[in-house]
Amino acid sequence: MTSSSEGLKVVGTRPVRPDGVDKVIGRANFGADMVMPGMLWGKMKRSPHAHARIKSINAAKALALPGVKAVVTAADFPDIASEEAFMGEGPMNFRDLSRNCMAKDKALYDGHAVAAVAATSASIAEEALDLIEVEYEVLPHVIDVEAAMADNAPLLHDDLFTQGVEPKPTKPSNIAKKIGFNKGDIAAGFAAAEIIIERRYTTQPVHQGYIEPHACVVAVAPDGQCTIWSSSQGHFMVRAYCAKLLGTEIANIRAMPAEIGGGFGGKTLVYLEPVALALSKKAGRPIKMVMSREEVFRGTGPTSGGVVEVKLGAKKDGHIVAAQLALKYQAGAFPGSPVGPGCMCGFAMYDIPNVAITGYDVVSNRPKVAAYRAPGAPISSFGVESCVDELARELKIDPLRLREMNAAKDGTKTAHGPTFVNIGYLQTVEAAKNHPHMKAKLGPNQGRGIASGFWFNIGGESSAACHINEDGTATIVEGSPDIGGSRASMAMMAAEALGISYERVRPVIGDTSSVGFTFLTGGSRVTFATGMAVTQAAEKVVVELKRRAAMIWDISPEAVEWKDGMAFPAGQNAGNFDPLSLADIALKSGRTGGPISAEVSINAQGAGPGFATHICDVEVDPETGHVKILRYTAIQDVGRAIHPSYVEGQIQGGVAQGIGWALNEEYVYDKNGRLDNPGFLDYRMPVCSDMPMIEPVMVEVPNPRHPFGAKGVGEVPIVPPMAAVANAIADAVGTRMRDLPMSPPKLRAALDEQNPPRMAAE
Amino acid sequence: MPRVSFAAPTTVDEAVKVLASASGLAKVLSGGTDLLVQLRSGRVKPDLIVDTKRIPGLIGIREEGGFFIVGAATPGVMLSGNAALEHAWPGIVEGADLIGSQQIQGRASLAGNLCNASPAADSVPAVIAARTVAVIAGPGGRREAPVESICTGPGRTSLAKGELIVEFKIPKPKPHQCDAYLRFIPRTEMDIAVVGCGINVTLDGSGTCTDARVVLGAVAPTAVIVEDAAKALIGHKLDAPTLAALDAAAQQASKPISDKRGTIEYRTKVAGVLARRTATIAFERAAAR
Amino acid sequence: MSKHHVTTTINGEPMEYLCEAQQTMLDVLRDELGLTGSKEGCSSGDCGACTIIVDGDIVCSCLMLGVEAEGRAVTTIEGVANGDQLHPVQQKFLEHAALQCGFCTPGFIVAAKALLDSNLNPTEEETRYWLAGNLCRCTGYDKIIRAVLDAAEEMRAEAGR
Repeated sequence: MTSSSEGLKVVGTRPVRPDGVDKVIGRANFGADMVMPGMLWGKMKRSPHAHARIKSINAAKALALPGVKAVVTAADFPDIASEEAFMGEGPMNFRDLSRNCMAKDKALYDGHAVAAVAATSASIAEEALDLIEVEYEVLPHVIDVEAAMADNAPLLHDDLFTQGVEPKPTKPSNIAKKIGFNKGDIAAGFAAAEIIIERRYTTQPVHQGYIEPHACVVAVAPDGQCTIWSSSQGHFMVRAYCAKLLGTEIANIRAMPAEIGGGFGGKTLVYLEPVALALSKKAGRPIKMVMSREEVFRGTGPTSGGVVEVKLGAKKDGHIVAAQLALKYQAGAFPGSPVGPGCMCGFAMYDIPNVAITGYDVVSNRPKVAAYRAPGAPISSFGVESCVDELARELKIDPLRLREMNAAKDGTKTAHGPTFVNIGYLQTVEAAKNHPHMKAKLGPNQGRGIASGFWFNIGGESSAACHINEDGTATIVEGSPDIGGSRASMAMMAAEALGISYERVRPVIGDTSSVGFTFLTGGSRVTFATGMAVTQAAEKVVVELKRRAAMIWDISPEAVEWKDGMAFPAGQNAGNFDPLSLADIALKSGRTGGPISAEVSINAQGAGPGFATHICDVEVDPETGHVKILRYTAIQDVGRAIHPSYVEGQIQGGVAQGIGWALNEEYVYDKNGRLDNPGFLDYRMPVCSDMPMIEPVMVEVPNPRHPFGAKGVGEVPIVPPMAAVANAIADAVGTRMRDLPMSPPKLRAALDEQNPPRMAAE
Repeated sequence: MPRVSFAAPTTVDEAVKVLASASGLAKVLSGGTDLLVQLRSGRVKPDLIVDTKRIPGLIGIREEGGFFIVGAATPGVMLSGNAALEHAWPGIVEGADLIGSQQIQGRASLAGNLCNASPAADSVPAVIAARTVAVIAGPGGRREAPVESICTGPGRTSLAKGELIVEFKIPKPKPHQCDAYLRFIPRTEMDIAVVGCGINVTLDGSGTCTDARVVLGAVAPTAVIVEDAAKALIGHKLDAPTLAALDAAAQQASKPISDKRGTIEYRTKVAGVLARRTATIAFERAAAR
Repeated sequence: MSKHHVTTTINGEPMEYLCEAQQTMLDVLRDELGLTGSKEGCSSGDCGACTIIVDGDIVCSCLMLGVEAEGRAVTTIEGVANGDQLHPVQQKFLEHAALQCGFCTPGFIVAAKALLDSNLNPTEEETRYWLAGNLCRCTGYDKIIRAVLDAAEEMRAEAGR
């Protein structure tokens, strides 16, 4: 049921987004921009120890400071039994979430919240933090994932037993679980291989790096009614999590979505809101809490770092007959790394008959990880795509040709179960082969790297309403926080379905009391699932508009056609009536039955997975190890680009994050397990001058399960870049970097090992 | 942030008095690009902040008696906007210009960069290489001191209580004298120097070096004047053996630490690389002046 | 501790406020004057989301004390448009989709406006280096640079008229 692109009037164009003017003049309200009358300032006290028992907390001196109105600790939150809830992007255990928001009994990382204070000014609240006396018993800590897996590692939780191993362990461990996926017969596969390569790769935790720190303003009334204003990737998630953590009913909370200054997965859970609510309840006043950048780094989830062990067996002609992957991901202080998706995505681009994948979820004394754009996949793909490149070099086969030969197609069964249908991976490889970038000449110390990527994309629950206003304009109310321009696409899809111009449709993101339940903004789901809900709501409205026209004309509704925003009699026999525009019908709606509105709640199925192939050119300065990205082309199957500019934007943004992950981003810990670089100075994200223009190439293999053929696009772009850069460096200077980030000191050291330096002359 | 007092004196004498009589910790504020970061993070807890920008002469560049006189609180944008200074000492201007972003350039000053006493300060090596003198006002009156005597260790200066730098005297270059500054950072901007190198050379008509000063930053607790590197240049043209000797001398003089920005081994090697590249530019410029 | 009384000019309007000595200009703009367009991203001068123009130069308002604004001329994002007439940079940001979440956008627009005030013909490289102090995590900078260069072209044409 995909419309051909010639027939679409709005979808596929590039109108200005409806919230654009507010954003370029500074009027848009983000989490920290709200004020409520009488509000107090909340601040969090955080553990300076990586691992410590909390023996006592004494807030007497803080409470005595003039201006301080309340202090909360874990004692102010209900005890929650361990309970899994798939609400976010990745597994979530409510007991762990509660303990992450406010430490109970133990501080598990440098930055772990141990208490919070509310005061009449930010500076008094800061002063009060110093007056809260916390007695710690410092414990040995462990940071590195393999160190945490070792038998004698300091244990974070004495009630954590490894799941997924038989017999069931009786000794607690830092290994939360072991998972596996298998296809075919791996031993037979390797036995039949003519070449086997086995490599080990490592990555470091990296932060999502959103420029807006977490912020909220909340108010709890004496009758327990809660209002939350915060920027998040899902205000229904905020509502549900806060209800659970505070022990109140969901209907008692109204969560309002502020504009959000970046999330990338890192705002699919809560940190401040439950604590602010507890403070508000105690103080009897609204509370504003805003994180500093240092708190964002010390206290919020990066994604995992990990160890990726890849073994590939192939025939000399390039056919991969066996593939093995072992992943060890560190989850931070509580279980829940994205090792599952990491396992599932590793070989997803390829049709390999024999596959064996093992994954370990491991805790260590670092902030609890949170989702980060295609969680888990960039890590495993760094290993797999580098290894595929190493295989290509060994076999002397062109890396694109090797991928073409082994590409997953419609009908390929994945190692994790589903069979692919309507996928566009091969098309991205073909487009790469034919792209002029492949013909560009390279100079000395310059090289080119290729890498591919995959992400599932999800559907899920979304609600949307379409209201026709009395003057024939339409208001769309949907529940997906807009992190990248999605509300423009919602208006476009509604306008297309209604047959009216984009300018006459106004999209609004409703709060939790104003629109039906909507799952969070993540998993590249909004254009697909919420778009589907919006389109269905608009289509229901069209049915109603036709019925009203029929009433006005006194004919049967089946005899009415809807085209270009107007009702027409369907053929000669229906009657000779002038067409009625949407505005005409709207004006008469009171006399034909009342307001014209439709609301739809769905659980969208049939999301199409995303595939990409990237081409990266680098130049290496062999004396300093500095890497410059010369040129980058990112080819992706997007299904259908609803608003091409924002699809391009997703591709370019993901690439930039991947480049930062590849070259310079990492967490640096001192020997006490304290974070050494909690700021943008030494947590080095790409700046403007680090990047070239990024060319996005959109391949469209429409998804027939979506009214306009859309597939999710936001997450795939971050999957290939690290391997693309590593492969380009190998091409440039012959050095294979297997440990991220590929920062200058490491590259220079690797080069020196490869070519021991003489005393060089210019 | 704790509560703090603030003063904005309008004469040097007033500033000296306020600083000398402060009962607690008093910090001078020119651009604030280090001080405010430290205030916010709690690293520094002053009782008094003294803004020097309202004192006439503390912001500005003038030429007088064979020197460029640069006011202590002059922001980077003013340095890079001064065509005469940029032509005479491009290395000094480059060094200052590399500090942070364009926004930082709107505020950051030579005195601030120097007195913050980070071993990696970008403006310091070239300023020292040019044999700049700092003019200091204090309770005992005015005194002059070579810039290399100001920093005594990371975060520490030789200034006494009540003293502040008022201006810098940069000697005008002789014919065929010029400088250059290079630094290594992992990105292209916005990083603290992993290694910095400022070189000032004077050449004779044949292109042979007759005078040189080579200063390395970020490889020791304070900027290092590398005498052996100067000796490697003086009496020579910049040929392959000279470059090799220069590289070796720079590496020899490097006593860096390993931290989140670089390892000992890496910084040492890059010191040699930068010395060669900086000298090449300085020689080219000196020949053309 | 008593507050300081400051008299200054913001977006062409005379303004007065009271502030404590340690309050930054960003704190004052956002919390005392209700000018929340300037954003706090890092408080260490590394992200540029708080960029304002003071006496013609861009600065990070998080690295300036509120008391320092005495007698100065300050321009914030709220003062870039001319009434309901958007500045060419603002218009081009919209046309080029040079914003996704929009949080870094005010800082970029103020910085870009200052660039074009001083140089109507910047190269791509000059533009990238001028804006290196403004972090964006959403866009990869591509469309931002295109928008600024396009605004420059439009302003050159306008000036040539």
